[in-house]
Amino acid sequence: MPRMTMIEAIRSAMDVSMGRDETVVVFGEDVGYFGGVFRCTAGLQQKYGKSRCFDAPISELGIVGTAIGMAAYGLKPCVEVQFADYVYPAYDQIVSEAARIRYRSNGQFTCPIVIRMPTGGGIFGGQTHSQSPEALFTHVSGLKVVVPSNPRDAKGLLIAAIEDPDPVIFLEPKRLYNGPFDGHHDRPVTPWSKHEFGEVPEDHFTVPLGKAEIRREGAAVTVLAYGTMVYVAQAAAEDTGIDAEVIDLRTLLPLDLDAIVKSVKKTGRCVVVHEATLTSGFGAELAALVQEHCFYHLETPIQRVTGWDTPYPHAQEWDYFPGPRRVGEALVAAMEG
Amino acid sequence: MMEYAPLSLHVPEPEVRPGDTPDFSRVVIPRAGSVARPPVDVDPKDIRDLAYSIIRVLNRDGEAVGDWAGTLTDDELKEGLRHMMTLRAFDARMLTAQRQGKTSFYMQHMGEEAVSCAFRRAMEPGDMNFPTYRQAGLLIAGGYPMVDMMNQIFSNEADPIKGRQLPVMYASKEHGFFSISGNLGTQFVQAVGWAMASAIRNDTRIAAGWIGDGSTAESDFHAALVFASTYRAPVVLNIVNNQWAISTYQGIARGGSGTFAARGLGFGLPALRVDGNDYLAVHAVAKWAVERARRGLGPTLVEYVTYRVGAHSTSDDPSAYRPKTESDAWPLGDPVIRLRNHLIKRGLWSEDRHKQMEAEIMDGVVAAQKEAERHGTLHSGGKPSVRDMFEGVYAEMPPHLRRQRQKAGV
Ligand SMILES: Cc1ncc(C[n+]2csc(CCOP(=O)(O)OP(=O)(O)O)c2C)c(N)n1
Ligand SMILES: [Mg+2]
Repeated sequence: MPRMTMIEAIRSAMDVSMGRDETVVVFGEDVGYFGGVFRCTAGLQQKYGKSRCFDAPISELGIVGTAIGMAAYGLKPCVEVQFADYVYPAYDQIVSEAARIRYRSNGQFTCPIVIRMPTGGGIFGGQTHSQSPEALFTHVSGLKVVVPSNPRDAKGLLIAAIEDPDPVIFLEPKRLYNGPFDGHHDRPVTPWSKHEFGEVPEDHFTVPLGKAEIRREGAAVTVLAYGTMVYVAQAAAEDTGIDAEVIDLRTLLPLDLDAIVKSVKKTGRCVVVHEATLTSGFGAELAALVQEHCFYHLETPIQRVTGWDTPYPHAQEWDYFPGPRRVGEALVAAMEG
Repeated sequence: MMEYAPLSLHVPEPEVRPGDTPDFSRVVIPRAGSVARPPVDVDPKDIRDLAYSIIRVLNRDGEAVGDWAGTLTDDELKEGLRHMMTLRAFDARMLTAQRQGKTSFYMQHMGEEAVSCAFRRAMEPGDMNFPTYRQAGLLIAGGYPMVDMMNQIFSNEADPIKGRQLPVMYASKEHGFFSISGNLGTQFVQAVGWAMASAIRNDTRIAAGWIGDGSTAESDFHAALVFASTYRAPVVLNIVNNQWAISTYQGIARGGSGTFAARGLGFGLPALRVDGNDYLAVHAVAKWAVERARRGLGPTLVEYVTYRVGAHSTSDDPSAYRPKTESDAWPLGDPVIRLRNHLIKRGLWSEDRHKQMEAEIMDGVVAAQKEAERHGTLHSGGKPSVRDMFEGVYAEMPPHLRRQRQKAGV
């Protein structure tokens, strides 16, 4: 099986989709000739031509708005927003339009678009290259939200997202593009070529939206994580020696509640982690669901480990990032109650 | 029934790509001095042609010619040269510092120094710029200490904005330099609002908004034009057309509009294009536009025609999308060399004095860097405190953030 970085896997997903379905089009800022600032679309314009992969003017509103129009016509646009931090000009198009078109037209018009965007911190990108805005989308009825954590999932989930009949927000943790990152920023990162999930089937396959996966089996405490934090949680389990079960949610909406409930009922303890800020973050939704469904199985209060409620800083990046030490403290707290 | 041929999508492409011979034959360059200078109270509809021309003062022989010449004294010109050379030396040192890992990121101005340095000269204390990341000349020419700029770039313990922002995203209220956001276009319309406030308060201060060619595609640009036009705001709206937006050539944002300046015509704004590599022309046009704003005659849209000689940022390698020698072929030359040649031509300057000043400037930049590094660089030495990370989100820290700060143990 070929080995791919997450960037190559994402590119391969678009390549496979464009090859199978000529209604799939790809565009965004610097996406065409150059192939994207992270190179996710490199070679697609050369292969499929300028009318299927092209550069867009710097207008996120324009990119998403035209994608919605194309989808109404019958195309399947998979567009790139250069950084999740730059999606806000498109927010009205996403919230008021893409998310509701099926509902308000009773299915006469639909919006099968994918909006890809690099998310998360850990690259000294400061407040405009580090944000994790997933909760701004999970809060909106009509959107699906996906956050892959490895190349194999990224490809399978992206193909599933492109084939999905509804709008999908596809958040790519940029800190994982070239290798799994466990939050120990002072240690070298293993490249995907040395990781089992760096093995990615060349051809078409899908990872269904709405299915979580257990990344580390354990009996003591359940950790709910996605994206970069999956590796941070695993590292925290190793560092503390606590037998944590780490669940990679992969899709935040629809959410695999069954997998969560099953694990928490087994362990009786739960830690929720994400990079995004705490207040009204997706962790609040997870904690609420866990207490609704597992209240009588919980031995200790649910812990949340997240970014602090400040803009993402530059110099203090590693004080901000919820690394293995903070996750480890939460594991200990969950065990001690 | 009429038969139609199938439609096809039009996607603009630059004339040349890596491996091709650079070609700027499409850039029509009027002769220096050939564009007349209208009175500042001209009716915008009488100067619509200026949106399609290029105002130039310095000719190929280094002479200042035409109506737009003569806005600066000899000493001011020499000082302008010093500002541009300082910005260039500053950029060179900071690029090296980034490569040495002293900071995470840097953005340079190579080729565009005249735009911000000369514009700054046309503004008064109390006026406000809403800049992008490529106008550090506003600070250098405005007397902001280089050490403070470096402290920000190094995110060190003396960083005036406490390590919170990406390098080069400076802020200095005192120097009329609004905090740079990093999100493109957002500040263009804020400049209009600041200017409207000056009018609301019957003040005499004016604002300047700044935006790149690529970023004019954002809705904020269009919102700025409509508000400026409707309320006749005392603002100068500057578009820096350096031909590129990362890998995307200006044709993608410009579309079917002949020029970026021409975007202003539909809003009834006076729209001027100027040679952005000509310090004298930039200053003359800036002065004209500032004067209009201050006299209550309304906003002006200015397009500076220039070229981004360097990479977009330290994260970019332009050889992947444009010919390596394209900048050598740029027909408007280098702003530093052009001003130097003008001063030499007039007997005010010499090669020797130029070399000497270059060395002096570099000494000054190196000394500033030494001082800044005493306060630390991104990964070593003094740092802003972790407490600083929690401060300043609100005027007064709300209880939830106080709890989080306690949890962080700081
Ligand atoms: C809203 C937003 N979208 C995208 C970006 C990413 N980005 C940063 S600079 C840049 C190109 C800007 O080009 P231009 O406006 O021509 O300015 P220049 O860099 O040439 O000075 C892009 C796309 C951003 N910073 N903000
Ligand atoms: Mg540009």
